[in-house]
Amino acid sequence: MEMIPTRDGFGKGLVELGRERDDIVVVSADLEDATRAEYFKKEFPDRFFSVGIAEQDMIGTAVGLSLEGYVAFTNSFAVFLTNRAYDMIRIDVCQNNANVKLVCSHGGITVGEDGATAQCLEDFAIMRVLPNMKVICPADSIEAKKITKLIAQDYGPFYVRTSRAALPVLSKEDDELVIGKANILRPGKDVSLIACGVMVSEALQAAEILEKQGIDARVVNMHTIKPIDQEAIIACAKETGAIVTAEEHQITGGLGSAVAEVLVQNTPVPMEMVGIKDTYGETGDPEGLLRKYHLKDVDIAAAAKKVMKRK
Amino acid sequence: MKGDCVSAKKVDISSLEKNANQSRKEILQITNSAGCGHPGGSLSAVEILTTLYFYKLNHKPEDPFWSERDRMIVSKGHASPVTYSVLASCGYFPKEELATFRKLGSRLQGHVHRKVPGVELNTGSLGHGLSVSNGIALAAKMKKKDFKSYCLMGDGEIQEGSVWEAAMTAAHFKLDNVCAIIDYNKIQENGLVSDIMGLEPLAEKWKSFGWEVVEVDGHNFDELISAFDKFGTVKDKPFVIIAHTIKGKGVSFMENTQKWHGKAPNDEQLKDALAELEGKAA
Repeated sequence: MEMIPTRDGFGKGLVELGRERDDIVVVSADLEDATRAEYFKKEFPDRFFSVGIAEQDMIGTAVGLSLEGYVAFTNSFAVFLTNRAYDMIRIDVCQNNANVKLVCSHGGITVGEDGATAQCLEDFAIMRVLPNMKVICPADSIEAKKITKLIAQDYGPFYVRTSRAALPVLSKEDDELVIGKANILRPGKDVSLIACGVMVSEALQAAEILEKQGIDARVVNMHTIKPIDQEAIIACAKETGAIVTAEEHQITGGLGSAVAEVLVQNTPVPMEMVGIKDTYGETGDPEGLLRKYHLKDVDIAAAAKKVMKRK
Repeated sequence: MKGDCVSAKKVDISSLEKNANQSRKEILQITNSAGCGHPGGSLSAVEILTTLYFYKLNHKPEDPFWSERDRMIVSKGHASPVTYSVLASCGYFPKEELATFRKLGSRLQGHVHRKVPGVELNTGSLGHGLSVSNGIALAAKMKKKDFKSYCLMGDGEIQEGSVWEAAMTAAHFKLDNVCAIIDYNKIQENGLVSDIMGLEPLAEKWKSFGWEVVEVDGHNFDELISAFDKFGTVKDKPFVIIAHTIKGKGVSFMENTQKWHGKAPNDEQLKDALAELEGKAA
């Protein structure tokens, strides 16, 4: 299977947007090479502004541009943008409901060798708690490109997390993708595996492991963490009776929490969460880190068997 | 009054003084009525905002989102009493609404808020406004529009590092359509700015960041007018007015003390303050 980082999809989508619309601008804080916003910079230098290594100023400048009618894309590593500039995101972007898009690469532990400071494991939690903010994590580069283009059409703040690591290209250009609508990648009746980002391909592999053991697992790509697809979650609960969530994020506050919030208020069923368990990451190769922190297909499969016993 | 706000370049200082005195009374009345708020840093900024809204800004209160308007960001968002008072005087909303300040259901939020006609941006966390003003100015340059981008900041506010990020950005992009104003009243929440985290040499700091700097007596209309008139004549550089002011200006018991940074006058104090201001108007 072809392997491409989702950040490449963002870069390509941004360039296409630039060609289609003259109201797209990009504000950057000297990581556009890593986030792939540099594709846009090369083709549209007059609509690209680097404020230097100054994430707070990047957000404020983007808000100013958006107030004047531009669709302002900002970019950085997930850690720097969401954590360093949080106050600006909360007030300037979200309270003012500005048309600013935050697209960050280097989400999750698969950032790898750069270690704990660079591995963002709390972005879903701190972004989704903000009113007006929508939160998305694409599973492959094709989705990342489509999402980049879709969020430009939808007024208001968006946070999108992309990956540094190359991920399997699971989808096709003509597959349907709707913000807020989960995609069922594999049908199943025994248990539902709900994942986002890098964990979607791990969940698909987990379903194959489970199939060999006679377990029919459904795999759901929950690319939109907010607004979350309640209907799909409730259907999973009713039709499979057990749920496992999988995310490259702290289990507190992220995708698993968002799914649990829907379940407990509608159709409580047994649930297990695969994710980072209240710890920071460390230096290492992405695959080795996924294994060490129990984010692999085998971990999802084990969680599925555990949750099914609780039915 | 509405007509006077648009491109009013004929200077009538006595009319500005009258407006300023009225604003001071309203700042005291609405903070008293709310039982809380920030009178000190509002009283210091009265002449700055009066000069802007009644002399300098190109704006149409009856059409708050007029595309050619000058953009004014009140980055020291706690200066909501003076901001709302001046906006109401311009005709952005009825004066009677000032009585709802800080009350449940009111548009007049405790810190400056976009619900209020004439307000461009919610503020209240310090050090945000200048970056936004820069973004607006970049947009004006891209669209080849002549409107200007103004940003009022407090002196304590510029201790925030983000202000200096924005200061670099404005100079780097040669944003000569940005005018920052610093209400340098020398006092912040817990005491003297110079004791807590000194700003001096302040003019040199801004100059070294690539800004054109003018220092004025922030309560003197002639000086403010001539400073604002200089803005726009300097090419390729952002412009900052360091306005030397007095915290609590106009009410003797409120002047030059941090006590009235975030505290409202009670009924008796209000009566004394209004009497003093009446005396000055007479």
